[in-house]
Amino acid sequence: MKLNGRKIYKGKTKGKTIVTKDGISFYGGIDPDTGIVVEVGHELEGQSVSGKILVFPTGKGSTVGSYTMYRMKKNNTAPLAIINEKIDTIIAVGCIISEIPCVDMIDINLIKNEQEVVVNGSEGTVEIID
Amino acid sequence: MKLTSEDQDMLDGKYGKATQKSMEILTILGEIFEAEDMIDVVGVQIAGVSYDNLGEAGLEFLSEMAEDGKVRVLTTLNPAGMDRENWRALGIDEEFAKNQNRALDAFAKMGIITTCSCTPYLIGNTPHYGQHLAWAESSAVCYANSVIGARSNREGGPSALASALTGITPRYGYHLDKNRQGEVLIKVNAPVKGTDEFGVLGKIIGDKLVKLGKKIPYITGIPSASIEELKSFCASVATYGGTALFHMERITPEFDTYPKPSDIVFDINQSDLDKARAELIDDHLEIDFVSIGCPHASIHEIATIAKLLKGKKVKKEFWITTARPTKRIADEVGYSKIIEMAGAKFAADTCCVVAPIKGRFKGIMVDSAKACYYGRAKNKFKVKIGKIEECVEEATK
Repeated sequence: MKLNGRKIYKGKTKGKTIVTKDGISFYGGIDPDTGIVVEVGHELEGQSVSGKILVFPTGKGSTVGSYTMYRMKKNNTAPLAIINEKIDTIIAVGCIISEIPCVDMIDINLIKNEQEVVVNGSEGTVEIID
Repeated sequence: MKLTSEDQDMLDGKYGKATQKSMEILTILGEIFEAEDMIDVVGVQIAGVSYDNLGEAGLEFLSEMAEDGKVRVLTTLNPAGMDRENWRALGIDEEFAKNQNRALDAFAKMGIITTCSCTPYLIGNTPHYGQHLAWAESSAVCYANSVIGARSNREGGPSALASALTGITPRYGYHLDKNRQGEVLIKVNAPVKGTDEFGVLGKIIGDKLVKLGKKIPYITGIPSASIEELKSFCASVATYGGTALFHMERITPEFDTYPKPSDIVFDINQSDLDKARAELIDDHLEIDFVSIGCPHASIHEIATIAKLLKGKKVKKEFWITTARPTKRIADEVGYSKIIEMAGAKFAADTCCVVAPIKGRFKGIMVDSAKACYYGRAKNKFKVKIGKIEECVEEATK
């Protein structure tokens, strides 16, 4: 199944999803050295987003979050790609400066956890493989 | 989004990598917010300057941008994590100072004027009515939009830098007339005086706007307000309400440009001011730190402090945070000498919000509602708000 959204940042990548219905704050919400979600009470608390296709509704929190994403990319702890329902400025700028493929305007209810998907940030599409 | 041929050249990399990356940021933001095109900005103010906020990651990004990036418009910085000259006396460690200077060097390499202040409008990055800006500091954005009638969105560190290196910003949000109308009518039915009280008022209005899910208040019942009172109000309403623009009847320049809101109306009485003030004073207080200058103290405020401190000795750590150029004026006219003789310290280029002082003090007394918020949230202090005279009295007692 192919979902059509909006391109935010270019690049095509294939990987396994990690899905949450909670918003994500990269600054303070995720440990940039390990990629593990540390926000208390978050649906993904204790799980790593590194090397996965991270699927969540939208970003929240401090604008420093864009720099945290950049630091994760340099640390090799960043997600492979990001899928949002509605992008916010922090996540968009974070993806651009860190060169993480990103698509938004996707109905994330159609994506399950640990599904294999192809994110095409240049086209703005998400293909669900299994 | 419509791009000019110059915009397209920047996006295609004809002016180098940093300019190209900047254009990528701006065009994508423009598309997200459905901007029709780009507009020229006359000034930029960049946040994310303190190494405490930037970290190695932010610094690495800045260094990469500084490889070939050069500013196209007047650009200044938000406060850094330390006083660039007096950092040792303020208890900043060597390692932090080294890293902070690396960040400031990267900014300087790009041609940015490295005055570090949250009040750029007091020190030469001073727009006039109707001009477009890309500013990041939330209190300064609120001041520019509301008090001056210039136009800026609340930029983040990277998007402000992108505007500095390209001279443009996408045309959306507060750049457009249609997004500048007051949404909520607020009637103030009690006298409001002093930086502390304007901060308390900002907290009440900010909290209320968050509850209503609204952004732009239209305020009546304030007969007059000084620059210092307005800057304190801006800082507070931006901190508690995320507000980037307000109208104040017969005080701010656009108060009669758009229709006055009438659907949502609420009153602020003396009891509301008293209640909000009480919320900015913690129980079981032990004050060991006093700080004035959030937002950065004006020369008028410094003159007031010098007058109050003359011939006295402070008994607690007492910082006056201000912009370097304002400190130079204070040096020139002799205020600095009086203040330093009393044992108080200038912390220029920085402030009690962004300096790395988490947990260093038990309780802070300030005349700023914004400083109360960050004193609690970021630095884990107990807080007390008071008039500038009460702050000086506390420091000397």
